[in-house]
Amino acid sequence: MTPSASNDLLPGFADPVFDAQSAFRATLDAMSYPGRVQTVPTSLATPEPLGIAAGSLALALFDFDTPVWLEPVLAEGPAAGYLRFHCGCPVVSGMGEARFALVNAASLPRLDNFGIGEDRYPDRSATLVIAVPSLTDGPGTRWTGPGIDGSIGVQIAGLPDDFWAQWADNRELYPQGIDVIFTCGKSLVGLPRTINVEA
Amino acid sequence: MSAVSAVQWDEAYNFAYLDEQTKRMIRRTILKAIAIPGYQVPFGGREMPLAYGWGTGGVQVTASVIGPDDTLKVIDQGADDTTNAVSIRRFFERVAGVETTETTEDADIIQTRHRIPEFPLREGQVLVYQVPQPEPLRKLEPRETETRKMHGYAEYGLMSVRLYEDIARYGHIATTYSYPVMVNGRYLMSPSPIPKFDNPKMENNPAIQLFGAGREKRIYAIPPYTQVKSLDFDDHPFKVQTWKECCALCGAKSSYLDEVILDDRGGRMFVCSDTNFCEDRRAKGHTGPLGADPAALAFAHKEPAQ
Repeated sequence: MTPSASNDLLPGFADPVFDAQSAFRATLDAMSYPGRVQTVPTSLATPEPLGIAAGSLALALFDFDTPVWLEPVLAEGPAAGYLRFHCGCPVVSGMGEARFALVNAASLPRLDNFGIGEDRYPDRSATLVIAVPSLTDGPGTRWTGPGIDGSIGVQIAGLPDDFWAQWADNRELYPQGIDVIFTCGKSLVGLPRTINVEA
Repeated sequence: MSAVSAVQWDEAYNFAYLDEQTKRMIRRTILKAIAIPGYQVPFGGREMPLAYGWGTGGVQVTASVIGPDDTLKVIDQGADDTTNAVSIRRFFERVAGVETTETTEDADIIQTRHRIPEFPLREGQVLVYQVPQPEPLRKLEPRETETRKMHGYAEYGLMSVRLYEDIARYGHIATTYSYPVMVNGRYLMSPSPIPKFDNPKMENNPAIQLFGAGREKRIYAIPPYTQVKSLDFDDHPFKVQTWKECCALCGAKSSYLDEVILDDRGGRMFVCSDTNFCEDRRAKGHTGPLGADPAALAFAHKEPAQ
């Protein structure tokens, strides 16, 4: 690492214990009540273009046990060093090996590149953390499934046109399949594999 | 400074006892458990400063979820004042400095051994179950490799046979606790040894339900608003226990009742197993047939026995 790069390294959580806990609780609420916008209460300086919610989630959940795949913009920028330093997570080049992936909606790889787990261990699948331009301002979709009382209308912006068709394919794999967390700034919305989406 | 810095706990320990790497591992496990309702996720269970069977799984889940602003309630068989509940409550008061309560409504996290509170839970609350044996098929198939496959391929015929054998032998399904359920139409799940009376409360519950098995090193979950069906047959539909009596102290007819022996001359009474529910009703003026009986009230810990 060059001296200038190490000078650029931003600090992690101000309070590693309580900030990780509050970021996890926001994520737990997001996955438990899919479609509802949750907010990470921490203030965190993250290297561009990593958002606060995605960065907090990474610092709260990533470590040496979690191979992470980063989209090229993140992998080549300061975010890779930031995550390596603060989380100690291996950054892998194969999407299929990753337990977590940090990606952007605009350059989203196909979902079937990521690990879906095994029939006896469906938990060994990837969680995709997808940065989107807005969680409330996109095309309308209707979500149903566990965690949702009846149904809920969700407007995620910036996703590829065929994203919901890909999601329907992922839904078919249940109980295997990937899980998704959409992030935008300090906010996040969970989309576990159980959720049926009408686009 | 924020409320966070005001929390006082025994600083010989990390907040909530567990180290941060363990919390991260358990938190990742919980998120996958929520994503696959009813599926048992293996996790690296740690040695805890209490014996297996006393809630080591539940304690690890609670310790990974709890924050400094949370209020904790702990119950054992519905009661806030039994040994297991008191010691776990003290544990978290010491290692996390959190507020504790006996009031279901005021609690953010409720750790429970073998009951679901009578008062309905609300959104955002987390109910943490202590689970001795997470595998509902274990008594039918001792090999983990086999039960993994059975869950993987949803091969649950064996459990139906077991329930049918109850019917063949007793004329009805004789299982009264740990009554197996299907979660989200896919996974057969042990509800932990709660009475089957509580099974219907798991379905479409607004709260988050997490299950921790420390000895067996498994975590599983029921997200809010999830379908949870108790197994049954068309001609033998699932039924919960009912009592002819009402609660002797508060007169409740809708709660789960424990039978209590009062003396050695055959005296007995039925009382709510949920102490918070019973006390709340009595505080509101409800009274049962023995509501003024000193011997009976001694069990309620509100008045000394005469």
